[in-house]
Parts: sequence; structure tokens; C-alpha cells
Amino acid sequence: MQRTISFTLNGKPARVTTDDERMLLWVLRSDLGLTGTKFGCGIALCGACTVVVDQQAVRSCSVPVKDIAGKHVVTIEGLSDGDKLHPIQQAFLKHHAFQCGYCTSGMLLNAYALLLKTPKPTRAEILQHMEDNLCRCGAHVRIVEAIQEAAGAAKGGAL
Amino acid sequence: MRRRDFFAVAGSGLFVFFGADLDAFQERGRFPGRQAGPTDFNAYLHIGADGRVTCFVGKIEMGQGNMTALAQLLAEELDVLYDSVDMVMGDTDRCPYDMGTFGSMSVRMVGPVLRAAGAEARAVLIQMAAEQFHAPPERLQAKAGVITDPLAPDKRVTYAQLVQGKRIERRIENVPLKPAAAFTIIGTSPQRKDALEKVTGKAKYAGDFALPGMLHARVLRPPAYGATLTNVDTSAAEKVPGARVVREGDLIAALHERPDLADQALGLIKAQFDRPHDGLNDKNIFDHLLKTAPEPRVVGQGGSIAEGEKLAAAIVDETYLNSYVAHAPMETHTAVASIENGKATVWASTQAPFSVKPQVAQALGFPQENVRIITPYVGGGFGGKVGASQAVEAARLAKAAGKPVQVVWDRADEFFFDTFRPAAVVKIRSGLTAAGKIAFWDAQIYAAGGGEARPFYDIPNYRTVAAGGWMGGNPPGMHPFGVGAWRAPSANTNTFADESHIDILAAKAGVDPLEFRLRQLTDPRMRRALETAAKQFGWKPAKTPSGRGVGVACGIYSNVYVATMAEVAVNKSTGSVQVKRVVTALDAGIIVDPDGLRQQMEGCITMGLGYTLTEEVRFQDGEILDRNFDTYQIPRFSWLPRIETIIIDNPGLPAQGCGEPPIITMGAVIANAIYDAVGARLLQLPMTPARILEAIKRG
Repeated sequence: MQRTISFTLNGKPARVTTDDERMLLWVLRSDLGLTGTKFGCGIALCGACTVVVDQQAVRSCSVPVKDIAGKHVVTIEGLSDGDKLHPIQQAFLKHHAFQCGYCTSGMLLNAYALLLKTPKPTRAEILQHMEDNLCRCGAHVRIVEAIQEAAGAAKGGAL
Repeated sequence: MRRRDFFAVAGSGLFVFFGADLDAFQERGRFPGRQAGPTDFNAYLHIGADGRVTCFVGKIEMGQGNMTALAQLLAEELDVLYDSVDMVMGDTDRCPYDMGTFGSMSVRMVGPVLRAAGAEARAVLIQMAAEQFHAPPERLQAKAGVITDPLAPDKRVTYAQLVQGKRIERRIENVPLKPAAAFTIIGTSPQRKDALEKVTGKAKYAGDFALPGMLHARVLRPPAYGATLTNVDTSAAEKVPGARVVREGDLIAALHERPDLADQALGLIKAQFDRPHDGLNDKNIFDHLLKTAPEPRVVGQGGSIAEGEKLAAAIVDETYLNSYVAHAPMETHTAVASIENGKATVWASTQAPFSVKPQVAQALGFPQENVRIITPYVGGGFGGKVGASQAVEAARLAKAAGKPVQVVWDRADEFFFDTFRPAAVVKIRSGLTAAGKIAFWDAQIYAAGGGEARPFYDIPNYRTVAAGGWMGGNPPGMHPFGVGAWRAPSANTNTFADESHIDILAAKAGVDPLEFRLRQLTDPRMRRALETAAKQFGWKPAKTPSGRGVGVACGIYSNVYVATMAEVAVNKSTGSVQVKRVVTALDAGIIVDPDGLRQQMEGCITMGLGYTLTEEVRFQDGEILDRNFDTYQIPRFSWLPRIETIIIDNPGLPAQGCGEPPIITMGAVIANAIYDAVGARLLQLPMTPARILEAIKRG
């Protein structure tokens, strides 16, 4: 159904008028021009399109835009505060926790959601939470290190 | 592009044209049919009036980190700050010709050229400063883009000041390069050039380019290889508001300004195909390969197999198999094409923009000079993006639609049109003397190619032959679909077979597998690699199977030596394997960026677990049955072993390429560790739980 959906996008009010069954990924990338969120598999198997909706990591390729009405959406474009990187971005940068970078936005947003919920995750909790985000280059070991570092940096759940 | 055309677009500053014949650097013979060097000139670097150095190379960045390493090599010789170097890569209008980014060649082949260009530019700048200072050039010093005269403290000029407002073309021949002892940037690990863009989502990939009026295309695909379209009804698709269907010869696509609505329209196209039934599938393919393979060619031989057989007290004859493996980059093949005033510009995810250019030109009927391919960041390649037919699709559709067009392959397209690592069969027959030495080695390789298959052990009588390969030239019908280079082509298959076979011989001889290898090895680089890995691993000699689950494998790829040790745990009731620890020691000569090398080593170890344990493309009658990541399982976080990477110090050897070599040992090291754990020898990759259970049962 064609209608106008209002939601909060990276801290600012956003509205789109479109078929509300369309998936959030394409609305973000095409209608709103936020291309940091990537298409990888189209059916919620790879995590490249991960964004955070009301503090939960979701697969934007499989979330109809009608489901985000009134909600808070965070994408990679909203993770940093201006030029100031979020601690999880800073940790990915420091550890070079990426290679081709195509899965990186999804990795960052999924890790961000983990730290919102569990500020001091164990290694096992990190592995479990990140399990369904795929990386073909094999940056996994550094991604785990970066999340551990960001968790350490965020004392008292400051994230 | 000719020199005068370059000046027309490049503006002022100092240009260094490096005119050396690049044939020697690009190994023409290795890739027949590709132009090796540039035809006119190379503009490798430009120093602008703002002091920034722009380096133009035809290579592309797909995650392997060459953008960083090449900038380091240039900055080192030019004596500028690494941070002042900007890389322009893979743009056919702005960069010198390059045949493609594959074969671990960026650092090994382009590195020396960039170093020479940097050294030459530095010499030119010092000459210019000497003229300004009225001082002899030998006396002047350059550091971080500033030239000073130690005897005249007031004399100081920056590169930027020297080139201000000028267009300078000078050459100084035969400028010596810095000795390794003088390096200040080579051997350090700066922040990757692509780091900030990649952690902020600002890095642009082909699919991130949106042009005014651009339409997204989704292309109608056949259900199977060899299928032919018999009937198509596009009427329902054309009723989707804003959609149009373009039919351009054999290319049928639904177009819409929104990608998902193009997809929806494509789903409404009703198409019927005639499908062939060749009966081939992933299980019977190996017999088919043996039947259809071309005449073998000799890869290497020495001594006499017949003489070796006379010396042998025991003979081991085994056959090793591996299935088709997909590249499965996270970014599928993507392109955006725009045609204006008879000139086509295509942004493409490709490893070989200069090969895509003539393909697009031919498809459009344009002269090549009217086609420009721009390669933004590439979201993984691994050999799978050497071909880029999506660029041709986008260009044809843009011409037909009269608007810019973006083509993004969906995941099923990516699996279908991939140029897989070939399924292959390797037969090895070899003998042991009573003293435990290898008496002979007789290997036949079918479909993998003969790369890196010549034994590096001291074997007096050997012969290795290869029939067919990944590079083309196979008889029609040998493979039911496309095959091509997959990270370290040939070497994964051959190292799995060779190093498994060596392990079987070691077990037969009743000798610890490391000790057995060292007994047949005089190559000092391989001995050192094995000894380095063993020290880090804490290798304790034992006959296999020892029940501990440890294994060793080693290999050579492109003059890089790799030795790997691993520890696994095998669940005997389910057949599942957890790889607990992997240690890899690597000798690659001078190391440009140690952290970058470690990233490649870690990446190779992690990615290598996939083809080793789960990855195989299943198919039946030309239909690819694995179409997404639900059934095609690539490595995940829970698979992560403890990874230790050891870089062997070898500054006497020039920098080699490292994006591929560390992956080649993964199949054999895990197979050997599984054997050590449970006494079951796995002869086929991937080593799935079912195959492991079967091997345990077989005993």
C-alpha cells in the first residue's frame, strides 16, 4: 500500500512515501541515498544490510518499511558523531578489522547492537552474536578483537 | 591513451613518465592473449602544487591492501609522507594499462616500477632545488617532501614550491633505489588508505553510484546452463508502474528507478526454456573430467619413473578429488553504465578494467577510446571478478534504454555465473625406499592445472603431468559451466594432493610427518619455513596417527614459501571438525606492510577453512543447486581457530605478492590433522561430516 511512513533516521525525522511493503534496504539505498548499507544476499543470510532499529540489529533486506513507522533507525551514516568516530568504528579502524569493506557496515551495526545490550560481552557472546554476519575476506579474528577493545573502551556502558 | 591526451586532463605539476618496458614485470607468457605492458607510456605519479602526490596505477583494491602497500613503496623512494600520497586505481582513462589484479602481482610487479618512478622523481626535484640553491645536488637532502642543504640552513624548499604553476617533464635515467637498511616507510604498518572510508560507510562500490535518471536493471536468467528461451511474456511486468522491459538481442531485463521494483517486475516475466539433460552432477563429474580431459602436458620431470620403481620397497597409489568452489564475494558483480555523446563510462566491480574496456566497446560498437572503465572499491574478488560481463550488460542496457543503468547481480546470479574453481582429480603414485626416502613420484593432474605442482622435495625420479586447467583451453563440454582463477589457482588442489600424499608416505614409513619432510628437503627456504612453524607450534615428533589431531603441510606459490601446522578436534559420532589452532610461517622476502601481510595470512587461513570443510557447488543437468548462503556454507565466527602468523625475515629477496600464498596449505594441513586425530584419511575436498564418517568407517 502506498503511504507515508515517518520514522527517526540517525537521530533526525525522516519521511518516505512509497509502497509500504518495500524492504527498508532499498528505501535506504535508493529512495534516501544512504548507500553505506549494503546488499549481499537479499534473504537475511549474510548480514551485509544490518541496521539497528530501536536498539535491535535487523536485516534491512527483509524488514518491510511499514514495520519501522515511528521507530528509531541507525545506519552506518549515523554511527559517528560528525567527524568523531564511535568507539566501535575507532576499534575497527585501529585493528584493520576489514579488508574489502563490503560487510563492514553490517558488522559494525551488529556489533553496536551487541554492545548496547551487553556492554561487556564475553568472547563466546561475541562469536554467537556475530555468527550470521558473513565476511568472505576472513577479517573475523580482527573483528572479534575490535569488539573486545570497544567493549573495554566503553566503561560503564557509555555506548 | 597517449601522452598529450593525458596532459589535456591532468593539469600542472611534476609528472614522472616511466617508460620502461613492463613486459618483464607482467609475465606475458603466463597469461597468453593479454597485452602485457602499456603501449605508450606510464604516468605513475604527479606532484601537485598543494604538495599532494597522486599515484596512478591500473591495479584495483578489493580488500587485499595494495592501495596501502603501493603508496608506501612510492612514498619511500620519493621521500614524502605516506599520508601525502593519494592513489588513483583502475581507471582506464587516468591510469596506465594494467592487465589485471590477480596472481599476487601488485607488490611484486608494480612495486619495483613505482619505486623506480619515485626515485626518479626525487632525483628530478633535487636537481631543481640544486639549481635554485646554486648547490651541488649530491649535497642536498630530501625528507618528507622538503629539500634542505645541510651546509646552508636557510636553504629549504618543499616539493610543492618547486612544482608550483609549472608543467614539468624531466627524466633522469638509472637512479639507484634505496637499500633495505635505509627504509623508513617500507616495513612499517601505516593506517590502511581505505580505513576511514570503510568504517564510516563512505567507501564507494560500483552499486553506490547513482546517476540522474538512472534505472536499475534486473536481467532474465536461464534456469540452467545450455537452456534456451522458447517463449516469453513480458506484459505483466510492463504493467508495474514505472517499469519497462528492455529486450536487446538475447538480453531481456526489467528496468525501474527503484532496484527492488525492477526485481518485482522481473518476477512477473513469464519465460519458458528448453533445458538440456546431460546427466552431469557434482558426484559423477570426476569420471567425466577423466574422460574429457585433453592430452596431458609435462609440468616437470627428472630421472626415470621406471628406475625409481626398482628402488621402491613400498608403493602408494592414491587419487585426490576436489569439487567446484565458488568465489562468493560479499559484493556481487555490479556495474553502472552511462552513455553520453557517444562515450560510455562504466563503473564496474572488476579485477581487470583494461580487459573490460574492449568488451564494452565491442558490445556497443564504439571505438575503444570512447569507453572508460572506472573501478571503485571492489567488495571482494578472489579471482571471480577477472571477468565482468555485468559491465557489458549495463552498457548494452544503457544504450538500449537511453538512460544510465545499474546492474547488480543477485546472489543466485552470482553463484550461477561464477567462474568456479574447477573440480579436479589428482592421481599420485609414488614409492618409498627401504630407508624411507621417496624413490619416485608420478603425478597426473586433471582439470586443476599444473601450477606449483612440481615437487620441491628431493625426489630423484619424478614426473608431473597436467591435463586441462583453470585458464581456458579445455575441450568444450569438459566443464558444464565456467571455470577460472580462484585465489592461488591450481595450488590449492595440488598442495592438498601432494601434501596429503607426503603424509601418507610418512605414515607408511613410520616417521613423524615433519621429520619425514625434512629428510627429503634441501631447499633452505622450505626447511626454514617448516622449522619456524614447528617452533611456534611446539611440534612434538610422533608417528601418525597419534590421536592428538595435529598436522603439517607446506607449499610454494609465486616464490612465496608457506608452512602451516594445525590442531583439530574431530567428533567421531557426527564427523564434525573444529579447527582449534593454525600456525602459518611465511617467507615472502622484503615485507612492505607487515600488518597488511598478517591480514592476508589470517584471511587466507579463515577463507581456506571453507574449501577445506564445507564449500562445494552442487549441480544437476546444468542447474546450479547452491544459490545462496543457506546451503553454500562459508566460514563463520564460530569456526575461528586460534591463528598465529609468523613472518620470516628475508630482506635479501625483493618483496613478493602475498594475497594468495597462505591459503594453499589449508586443505592438506586439516586433512593431515584429521588423520592424526582419528586415523581416517580424507581424499576428497571438502571434508564434510558425511565424508569424515565414511572415512572413519572405511578405517
